[in-house]
Amino acid sequence: MSEIPQLLVHETKDSVGVVVVEGLEAGTDMLVCVTHDNSTFRLTAEEAAPIGHKIALQDMKKGDTVFKYGEDIGIMTGDVKKGHHLHTQNCKTKRW
Amino acid sequence: MTDLSKVTVHGYRRDNGRVGVRNHVLILPLDDISNAACEAVGNNIKGTMALPHAYGRLQFGEDLDLHFRTIIGTGSNPNVAAVIVIGIEPGWTKKVVDGIAKTGKPVQGFSIEQNGDLKTIMDASRAAKEMVHYASELQREECSISELWISTKCGESDTTTGLGSCPTVGNMYDKLLPHGIYGCFGETSEITGAEHICQKRAINEEVGERWYKMWKAYQDDVIFAHQTDDLSDSQPTKGNIEGGLTTIEEKALGNLEKIGRTSQFIDILEPAEEPKSGKGLYFMDSSSAAAECVTLMAAGGYVLHTFPTGQGNVVGNPIVPVIKISANPRTIRTMSEHIDVDVSGILRRDMTIDQAGDELIEMIRRTANGRNTAAEALGHREFSMTKLYRSA
Repeated sequence: MSEIPQLLVHETKDSVGVVVVEGLEAGTDMLVCVTHDNSTFRLTAEEAAPIGHKIALQDMKKGDTVFKYGEDIGIMTGDVKKGHHLHTQNCKTKRW
Repeated sequence: MTDLSKVTVHGYRRDNGRVGVRNHVLILPLDDISNAACEAVGNNIKGTMALPHAYGRLQFGEDLDLHFRTIIGTGSNPNVAAVIVIGIEPGWTKKVVDGIAKTGKPVQGFSIEQNGDLKTIMDASRAAKEMVHYASELQREECSISELWISTKCGESDTTTGLGSCPTVGNMYDKLLPHGIYGCFGETSEITGAEHICQKRAINEEVGERWYKMWKAYQDDVIFAHQTDDLSDSQPTKGNIEGGLTTIEEKALGNLEKIGRTSQFIDILEPAEEPKSGKGLYFMDSSSAAAECVTLMAAGGYVLHTFPTGQGNVVGNPIVPVIKISANPRTIRTMSEHIDVDVSGILRRDMTIDQAGDELIEMIRRTANGRNTAAEALGHREFSMTKLYRSA
């Protein structure tokens, strides 16, 4: 792959991707790669996010389940829009 | 593609047949109050290493069993050539000496009561000097890579560990386990959220059910009995959250990438327990704290440890080389002195998991042959014993 992706997604079912570059700025037209099958698509980063943090691939509402690795990783505690930062401010574990 | 069945390393063949990759002479305290004497011997005799620790007095029951298992297992590890044990009194000291002696390696015990520190230090130093002469003449010999016991545990994980460094370890296990190595993973609390997947990776239903019972017991007896809130900032840790991990489920799914795609675990080990069901992958019931977990696996007899990190855990172990693997380009940029295998190319999509696994196997081979790891060069010797409850 000649162009380096800014966002990696594990599985096609996932609702989030991981920022894999430093200094991602709002407005970046990201190359997104799904590692499971190497398929790609483009998504605009609506806000800045540090390397390693997650960006929502779709709009989600409070109470929605978040999927990563094709699995349930927690529940939304607030709403998030596609392209925005998803972390502890709007998502939490279902376990404790 | 290398034929892994033909890959050899130069290790130390011990009397019990096991292969070590280091050749330490240990000065091992039975208990906390014998640390000073052990450290004095360690200073007197070059080529020895004292392992001070915090415990060993008035422990009882399962906690005492674990203490003995950890001390005896550490001395018995094939990376250790010979051992001096010092304890406050002769009874428990002898128990440790007898346990280590079963491996056939030289071991001598000294006790402080009715001798005092100074006479104990003198006697133990003379014995330690002879052990250094003995150990320093031992030669490495050619052994198959399949004779290595290789453990794993990740630390200061972030989202890049699940994408890069953990699958790298998983790929290594998928390649080396079929050739007959012993593997080990653990971190009981950190499988929470992926327990349904982990249980299915057991070799059969019976092992899977035993695994689930063990995992559930920790949830019920420890977490739910002691939690004050929701474990926020503990699991995931502050460092995990800084690195982008939001929930324990997300962390667990990344963690489990360390056992690859095809590997199955064949049995479950108590903390610090030596595997007895033959070659293959084991799950050790263990803390997810790095130094504690690596110490327990070393006491179980593992001679090399593979350690994926995202944010940059700097842990090492006194007797086992800890190979650090990272895929996080920021960590590679800011903490390169701690990383042995850089797999950040996986995130740029210019390195495959398969290539990363091969690079790790090559680093395992070089480390087994004697290359010092980053943690060894930087002097990381964390020896952290696990304690189950308050002493009497």
